[in-house]
Amino acid sequence: MSTPLLEARGLVKSFGANHVLRGIDVQVPAGSVTCLIGPSGSGKTTVLRSLNGLETPEAGTVRIGDVELDWAARPDARAVSRLRGQSGMVFQAHNLFPHLTVLDNVISGPVFAQGRPSAQAQEEARALLTRVGLADKADAYPVQLSGGQQQRVGIARALATKPQVVLFDEPTSALDPELVGEVLRVMQSLAADGWTMVVVTHELRFARQVADQVLFLDGGVVVEHGPPSEVLVEPREARTRQFLQRLLDPL
Amino acid sequence: MSAIDWDLVRSSLWPLGRELLRGTLPLTAVSFTLGLALAVLVALMRLSGNRLISAPARAYVSVIRGTPLLLQLFIIFFGLPSLGVTIDPWPSAIIGLSLNVGAYASEAVRGAILAVPRGQWEAAMTVGMGRVTTLRRVVLPQAARIAVPSLSNTLISLVKDTSLVAVVTVTELLRQAQIIAGQTFEYFTLYGVAAVYYWVVSLVLSFGQTRLETRLSRHVAA
Repeated sequence: MSTPLLEARGLVKSFGANHVLRGIDVQVPAGSVTCLIGPSGSGKTTVLRSLNGLETPEAGTVRIGDVELDWAARPDARAVSRLRGQSGMVFQAHNLFPHLTVLDNVISGPVFAQGRPSAQAQEEARALLTRVGLADKADAYPVQLSGGQQQRVGIARALATKPQVVLFDEPTSALDPELVGEVLRVMQSLAADGWTMVVVTHELRFARQVADQVLFLDGGVVVEHGPPSEVLVEPREARTRQFLQRLLDPL
Repeated sequence: MSAIDWDLVRSSLWPLGRELLRGTLPLTAVSFTLGLALAVLVALMRLSGNRLISAPARAYVSVIRGTPLLLQLFIIFFGLPSLGVTIDPWPSAIIGLSLNVGAYASEAVRGAILAVPRGQWEAAMTVGMGRVTTLRRVVLPQAARIAVPSLSNTLISLVKDTSLVAVVTVTELLRQAQIIAGQTFEYFTLYGVAAVYYWVVSLVLSFGQTRLETRLSRHVAA
């Protein structure tokens, strides 16, 4: 088997006495989609945020491409930002910059952070906006968009820095139900284009149709992982079955 | 005899107006600009995790807010010469007023920076911005909007506080009114005209504040 593009080993993290990650391993092959599922408090979002250093684990390593970080060695801000530069992130609450237009949001990474020429970045940004179906909204401000449109801009912004991996933190959880589909469809088409994606989600149908592997987390450990046809359809672990049952039949 | 000498009102309009334009307004503009720059610096220092950086900023704010502006002006103009530091009237006035604005406005700026949601920092970092770029491009533009009402208060207070610099021999609107009143003994008339001038300036500034708030709130949800 070839080396995975993203590899995390032995991630450990606690908030006070609360051990949120108790030794997490994740391997993500290039061009694949990995979904992290699990009950709230299971640590799935903390895992995702450890992959780009928004959380600081106490131990464990994260490697994306040829950039590797050993959290136990207390890396400095520069090392963390080098790792962070390998990925893009889509947030649950989109976190668009409200004072910038849609286009300026998308070019903010390439121009403000990477120092690339504005004209070239704009051209690429317009292509990305077309890609997420928002070519006509380039000059709008985030507040003028629907939740689904805002989230699609968030996706375009995350892609604009040309990351190796795109991290999604419950990208549809804050959306009205009728807006979920437009975001998931964009993500599905990105997957089809070969983007490497790690997605924290409660959308089981998306996971089943799009994911190459699913990790079920509970209590800060990976309880079970494998292709969705196994984890989501014929789970080996009782905890996984229980969780899926609760999602399918909340009452 | 009426309390107001209207002929004197008319004849003092220009002498007082001239000192408003020559003294009060430039003092306000220069001190506010310098004070605001100082305020941003001090706010950032106070937000630093490093105690060696945040402690001096905290001490500065505490001392300036804890002592009268009038006394600060006395110390700068009359006190420092005993230490061998002599500063001219205008620079003394500007230093005193700027230090004052810097302390009060830094609290407003600090509060505004803290009011920008954490997710904005995170989003900026995930597209590759460092701390300085994030501040400049993402946080300060949003903090500015939040800080406008409270900075407007500081500015309007400053216009009136400039009247204190008469004590370090700078001539501005109030000092000029005192001079003319001293010659004519028409205290009520002269101080009344001066009061109206101050009030008109603060009205104009309040109007500007409203316009600015509207403009900066364009892209923000109600």
